[in-house]
Amino acid sequence: MKTNGLVSISDCSKEDLLRIVELAAQFEQHPMPHLLEGKLVATLFFEPSTRTRLSFETAVQRLGGRVIGFSDAATSSSSKGETLHDTIKMVSNYVDLIVMRHPIEGAARYASEVAGVPVINAGDGANQHPTQTMLDLYSIKKTQGRLEDLTISMVGDLKYGRTVHSLLQALQYFNPTFNFVAPPELRMPEQYRLFCEEKGLKYREETDLNAVLKTSDILYMTRVQQERFTDPVEFEKVRNTYTLRNDMLAGTKDNLRILHPLPRITEIAEDVDNNPKAYYFEQARNGVFARQAVICSILGLV
Amino acid sequence: MDKKELIVTALENGTVIDHIPAAKLFKIVSILELDKIENRVTIGNNLESKMMGLKGVIKVADKFFQPEEINKIALLAPSARINIIKNYEVVQKTDLQLPDQVSGLLQCVNPMCVTNRQPVASRFDLIDRKRGTLRCHYCERMLNLSEIILK
Repeated sequence: MKTNGLVSISDCSKEDLLRIVELAAQFEQHPMPHLLEGKLVATLFFEPSTRTRLSFETAVQRLGGRVIGFSDAATSSSSKGETLHDTIKMVSNYVDLIVMRHPIEGAARYASEVAGVPVINAGDGANQHPTQTMLDLYSIKKTQGRLEDLTISMVGDLKYGRTVHSLLQALQYFNPTFNFVAPPELRMPEQYRLFCEEKGLKYREETDLNAVLKTSDILYMTRVQQERFTDPVEFEKVRNTYTLRNDMLAGTKDNLRILHPLPRITEIAEDVDNNPKAYYFEQARNGVFARQAVICSILGLV
Repeated sequence: MDKKELIVTALENGTVIDHIPAAKLFKIVSILELDKIENRVTIGNNLESKMMGLKGVIKVADKFFQPEEINKIALLAPSARINIIKNYEVVQKTDLQLPDQVSGLLQCVNPMCVTNRQPVASRFDLIDRKRGTLRCHYCERMLNLSEIILK
């Protein structure tokens, strides 16, 4: 992994990914409450994302590090018109590491080029959110015992869902079989289908969730987000089509686990929560360990 | 010879860019910043060409472009041919190659890209030479040569 931070999954080699997954397991098994003592991390959230911010801040604080930052651009100087360049330059003076969420795509790459300290991308618009992918990989490894040769079904918004795009890129090294389940409006973009073809990754496209349930090892559900639709009627139509209910899980593989980057709205019914195959809350917990692995790896502490 | 006729054919030393699609000529003039140099520049457009119907030609006296400079043309006119003239003779014919990296020249098609939202120079990396696919260094959006927008 490049020492100037973690901006995109496309910068990560197979070895980088395996190392983070391995380190995440170590952090889970052996908490190291003093590893980040004396370190200060900035969490700059130019758009709110409570879940991601809390996960990063938990990761840092449980290792003994401290956090400064803001959780909304409205409370930062960018609301006064300061450029991203100047904000990053200023914050670089204060901290050892910057964790940044920004609605503009490519903002993290740019920040990593102007910052004097490493930058971790905590989401840049529809582009990348690499630590989500790290925790997804860790969750897959933990539940399946391996990353290789799995059937991974991605469901919901495959057009705008950056988590599925990054996960797809990361899984290229592990001989996956993909099922892409989405309404035609939200199907997997051509760019990623071509990617699969070039890398020789097996995939098929489905519009019916039931068609893939019995063969899947991992069911990766995503939220169909209202902000992706200009037409609210279109949104309503699509939203309820891809809801997973507990009765649909009868006859699925024992090792099947259901992942979701959260927050879930209607795409997983609440009666699924008590099924042992539901894994999305543990998945969120894994995020803390995966982020600890990324942070300490970038800072050269592990 | 009529006094009013301009001498455009003979170039003692310099570069001739030939086989430019007529519609692309003035864009290429602008990319190469020929409006900013003091060399003698001769521009011909909508000239008849057996190969391509109408073509444009640019002749620049006493100028030899660096590969990274001239290769920018490949983004717009991959079929253009570069002839290096020395002492009235064509001493070298160069085929264009798409540059590995293009900085500041193109605009990213993604309105949410940082290069369209903040004062940041655009940058593209060539991903697939055969298909002519570029990727925005910042927002990672793929771009085909047919879609490019000049800044």
